Amino acid sequence: MWFEDLLIQIKSVLVLNAPEGLRPILSAMLSATPILSAFGGLFAAVTLLERKMLGRIQNRYGPNRVGPFGIFQPVADGIKMLTKEDIVPKTADHSIHFLAPLLLLLTAMLGLSVIPYGEKLVAIRFEAGIVFFFAVGGAAELAVFMAGWASRNKYALLGSLRAIAQMVSYEIPLILSSVCVLMAAGTLSLDEVAKSQSGSMLSWYIMTPWGLMGCVLFLIATLAEVNRSPFDIPEAESELIAGHMTEYSGFKYAVFFLAEFVAMFAMCALTATLFLGGYHPPLPILAFIPGPFWLFAKLMVLVLLFIWIRGTMPRLRADQLMEFAWKFMLPMAVINLISTGCWIALGRGSLGWGLSALINLAAYGALSRWLSSRPNQQKRTYRFAEGPMHAA
Amino acid sequence: MTTVFCITALTTLASAVAAMSLRNLVHCVLCLTVSFIGMAMVYLQLSSQFVGFAQVMVYVGAVAILMIFALLMTRGGQELFMREWRPMHWLVGGLVSLALLAVLVGSILQSPVIQNTGPVDKVERVKDLGQSLVYEYLLPLEALALLLTVALIGAALIALPPKQYPIKPQPRENS
Repeated sequence: MWFEDLLIQIKSVLVLNAPEGLRPILSAMLSATPILSAFGGLFAAVTLLERKMLGRIQNRYGPNRVGPFGIFQPVADGIKMLTKEDIVPKTADHSIHFLAPLLLLLTAMLGLSVIPYGEKLVAIRFEAGIVFFFAVGGAAELAVFMAGWASRNKYALLGSLRAIAQMVSYEIPLILSSVCVLMAAGTLSLDEVAKSQSGSMLSWYIMTPWGLMGCVLFLIATLAEVNRSPFDIPEAESELIAGHMTEYSGFKYAVFFLAEFVAMFAMCALTATLFLGGYHPPLPILAFIPGPFWLFAKLMVLVLLFIWIRGTMPRLRADQLMEFAWKFMLPMAVINLISTGCWIALGRGSLGWGLSALINLAAYGALSRWLSSRPNQQKRTYRFAEGPMHAA
Repeated sequence: MTTVFCITALTTLASAVAAMSLRNLVHCVLCLTVSFIGMAMVYLQLSSQFVGFAQVMVYVGAVAILMIFALLMTRGGQELFMREWRPMHWLVGGLVSLALLAVLVGSILQSPVIQNTGPVDKVERVKDLGQSLVYEYLLPLEALALLLTVALIGAALIALPPKQYPIKPQPRENS
């Protein structure tokens, strides 16, 4: 609490000393600056962490040349990216080619503004905060398309179309699996959702069967939504070079990476807020440590989980990805809503807990048996790789 | 008429005009998206957050993407048409627009909303909106849901592959 009060005190002193006309702008900027700088710094740290961890998983050292243990590698990367030549293809649509990375970064950053970082630390307190989050997330698809189309490159266009198909498909289970938390909390505002999970770890929503299932579904959909491995087919290096980013170089490429990481942080922060108690400590006794610390700790645990998944899972095929979204994730998310409804209707007690667990387990068992029992449809044929040209 | 409203209205109108007049169809769709966002801003200024965000989610996140897919799968977004001046088209189009404008203006003038010119005093609560949806307007909501489901099933049926498998590898053209 003291930490949040301190921040609010600093802000009010700064704002009140400014001239009257500047106050709204100054207030908005003072709210935005810590968020932008914190997540920008986190981006630099996580790129290094990711390379180090992937190196460890693949039995090598990772970057270790710049500074002690390579900790200044992000600085070197930044300087390299800034000094690189910015190449725009001659036939590209210049204005859209320029706007796409900016729009992508904007959508990623806007999502951060509704996350509650502490009981009093919310940049914008929307009553429909989560709708805002998903609305700006939806605009990212348009930015990806703009990047792919404006590059006037087949790989870029293919990559962006794949990305849009994937993001549109996984947006449905993503939103549906977050709806169960909104049902339980009875609100669309994210700070109220976080507030409803106060107390110890046991009152976090992940401690209920529907919350656990919702959290797993939400995390899987998040992986697909931010195009991370194993759902990284939009930028599958071996097939599509770099997908929609193929024709971008220098700083614009870095902006794409920044946007991707910031979107991942925003989604992880949303997961932490929805299912892991947000800024609440796991035990009430630990409440002397400020809320933002707990939120960032949970966020980092999720980011590490994502890096671990990236290091150990093979990439899915495009059709497997779509089948998984529509035949497993969507039905499971809908059944999870029913199970949440039962939990609420039975008074949120142990009876509801048991019934909810039963419904989810039965649904998972039935669905996975049904999906794996069907014979594989047909032999896969490839129109261009197996044609008469290749027969000889 | 606040400054913010003027800026939003001008942006919306300008991008709508651009969406009608630009040559490249993909540019048209992008301009149309800007005008959708402008509409959402108008909802936000009327202090109905949920409707504004839902507008962005549905129109920018889904409808614009749908239009882009339709565009890329049919014409490739490159074709230029409307090269020549066709008076008949302009005449019919103008008449239809005038009729639409007359209907809209007539219904707005008759509605009780027009008498209420004061500032918006009641901030719309998301809860009220949801409750009016599931109590007052339950039947239209269910009908819409049914319609959308039917449309979805129809689309899936059209997209189903024909029965005769396996697809024979097609010979390459122009080789």
